[in-house]
Amino acid sequence: MDILRFATAGSVDDGKSTLIGRLLFDSKAIFEDQLEAVERTSRDRGTEYTDLSLLTDGLRAEREQGITIDVAYRYFATPRRKFIIADTPGHIQYTRNMVTGASTADLAIILIDARKGVLEQSRRHAFLTSLLRVPHLVLAVNKMDLVDYSQERFEEIREEFTSFASKLNVSDLTFIPISALHGDNVVSRSENTPWYQGSSLLHHLENVHIASDRNLVDVRFPVQYVIRPQKATDPAFHDYRGYAGQVAGGVLKPGDEVLHLPSGLATRIASIDTFDGPVEEAFPPMSVTLRLEDDIDISRGDMICRPNNQPQAAQELEAMVCWMTDAVKLAPRSKLTIKHTTRTARALVRDVHYRLDVNTLHRDETATALGLNEIGRVSLRVTHPLFVDEYSRNRLTGGFILVEEGSNTTVGAGMIVDARG
Amino acid sequence: MLQQRDYTTSQLDVLEAEAIHIMREVAAEFERPCLLFSGGKDSIVMLRIAEKAFWPAPIPFPLMHIDTGHNFPEVLEFRDRRSEELGARLVVALVQDSIDAGRVAEETGRRASRNRLQTTTLLDAIEDNEFDAVFGGARRDEEKARAKERVFSFRDEFGQWDPKNQRPELWNLYNARIRKGEHIRVFPLSNWTELDIWDYIRREGIEIPSIYFAHTRSVFERDGMLLADSEFVTRGDDEPVFEAVVRYRTVGDLTITGAVQSTAATVEAIIEEIAATRLTERGATRADDRSSEAAMEDRKREGYF
Repeated sequence: MDILRFATAGSVDDGKSTLIGRLLFDSKAIFEDQLEAVERTSRDRGTEYTDLSLLTDGLRAEREQGITIDVAYRYFATPRRKFIIADTPGHIQYTRNMVTGASTADLAIILIDARKGVLEQSRRHAFLTSLLRVPHLVLAVNKMDLVDYSQERFEEIREEFTSFASKLNVSDLTFIPISALHGDNVVSRSENTPWYQGSSLLHHLENVHIASDRNLVDVRFPVQYVIRPQKATDPAFHDYRGYAGQVAGGVLKPGDEVLHLPSGLATRIASIDTFDGPVEEAFPPMSVTLRLEDDIDISRGDMICRPNNQPQAAQELEAMVCWMTDAVKLAPRSKLTIKHTTRTARALVRDVHYRLDVNTLHRDETATALGLNEIGRVSLRVTHPLFVDEYSRNRLTGGFILVEEGSNTTVGAGMIVDARG
Repeated sequence: MLQQRDYTTSQLDVLEAEAIHIMREVAAEFERPCLLFSGGKDSIVMLRIAEKAFWPAPIPFPLMHIDTGHNFPEVLEFRDRRSEELGARLVVALVQDSIDAGRVAEETGRRASRNRLQTTTLLDAIEDNEFDAVFGGARRDEEKARAKERVFSFRDEFGQWDPKNQRPELWNLYNARIRKGEHIRVFPLSNWTELDIWDYIRREGIEIPSIYFAHTRSVFERDGMLLADSEFVTRGDDEPVFEAVVRYRTVGDLTITGAVQSTAATVEAIIEEIAATRLTERGATRADDRSSEAAMEDRKREGYF
């Protein structure tokens, strides 16, 4: 059994909470005491039906205002897979939450109301999904019961969305006609849509192939922590020196020739260690400890790669940045802390090239700054080299966060488009 | 030749790798972390992950337990033995000391509990020891306020959690920056479910305290829960004691932790039972979460675990 992480985008009106409620309920991930609490609250509020959105809205302010304000994580499992749902609110003011939820997602579900068709918000969700390079996208055309399960309506929406999606980087796009309320095509194929030959939503989630979505080509091992057991009880470990980290790309094997950055020195992997014993190979997302054949001065923030396949050692970054605070704006001469893999540096904003309208994809080149929930292309200069790849090639070595130095809060998320020494 | 190889990773391996990554980030970026170790199953799993993350070096931070004085003796024995086996330093902060120092007042009456008092003891201990990162074993599937909490959860100088003002958390990049006096609660098991914990305990062959397995105990019924009869609880005349075969699904302060009737005597039997149950572990066994819909959110805001 493996794990699929997926993000859901949409608002209560699209039936998102109903859909999540149904997936949880039908997979028995909702328990009686949770359901009772929801039924009790629904009754107290005079709601006629059991409001499943109460399951996902965990904070007092959310229940009081009837809105979702943050990313909520939900869990369910079938015999085939464990699922982690990043449930993100759909309103424009929560772009930052959707970006957060999508950053780790293998798949995103965008809900569309079959009566309303492709709205501005659907386009926004699709754009953010492609910006964050979520490998698989599902367009769930919901409320099919309210359009008499019309194939014509479904095809119309499919066509309109496909034409919009051709402007985006979406590699795997699946359309599924559903009714979350009645369960059509959610867990099993519905008799109401005999014209639909595809999988039910759950069947698709259980079977979509994700193992090869991770970059298994470019070896990238950001050194996270140096393990030197100085007080080891076992004398065999007195001279032990291991480089611990989580594999961010490629497949590493003992004996492989590797290169250390920033030194540029080459050596070989002596062994790949874990608490449970040495392993014959390491690949994403494994957390392992490498021992190398030669003594090289290696510390946290360094990178291990292959001599003939290196990331760019860059101090000049071009990136798409999503700005996540209303306290300050991102503008030229802003100084921020940047965290990329296990390396932290300071960054100076050199230029804001344009701001992107997330609904129309229009580039506003007159923009000089980015505000809360705005996305734009930005040039940064950093104090010392980061070992980067384009985000489209590797999400882990192409993504970074920006931290505001006064408040210490995370204020930006960046995706590298281009980089230079 | 290119080999066709499937790089699928099992759910426990993914969760373990993520938790190890989180632990190493903390060890690398903070001056004085500590790990909350109660002897409960989640903290036991967390401790195993810490062992794995730094092997062959010892765990590079101390363990801490907030002891209400009302804990199960089997669990305290386990706590001490396990810490000693690992050669780890164990800091025990006593709620009784906070009471004696006048920092908190003991609750009185039938429903008196030291559960809420723990928050003061915890925050004082964090301050006294100057801990800047505190590992907790909480999981997001436990409770709906927890479903929205970050892996690196920022606490201000009063130890408070502000759910509406949380730092965005993207990819596997965690923001560890704080000012002096503030701290971060770190939850490496955020993405684990109760079943994942038990599957992992089974896979790893991890020892857990005996009270997790079915045993005969003197109990009484309150609010539909079976509570252990002990010197620490005040029973009413309408709460007669009887013997039952029970086990614990969660392990906390014994005045508020309910047992479930069960004959599950092995980890395998427990897993079977949990897979079939229709009640959450906190809903079934924790009186503290039943007081109101936002009980956990309110306690967390104040600085609770």
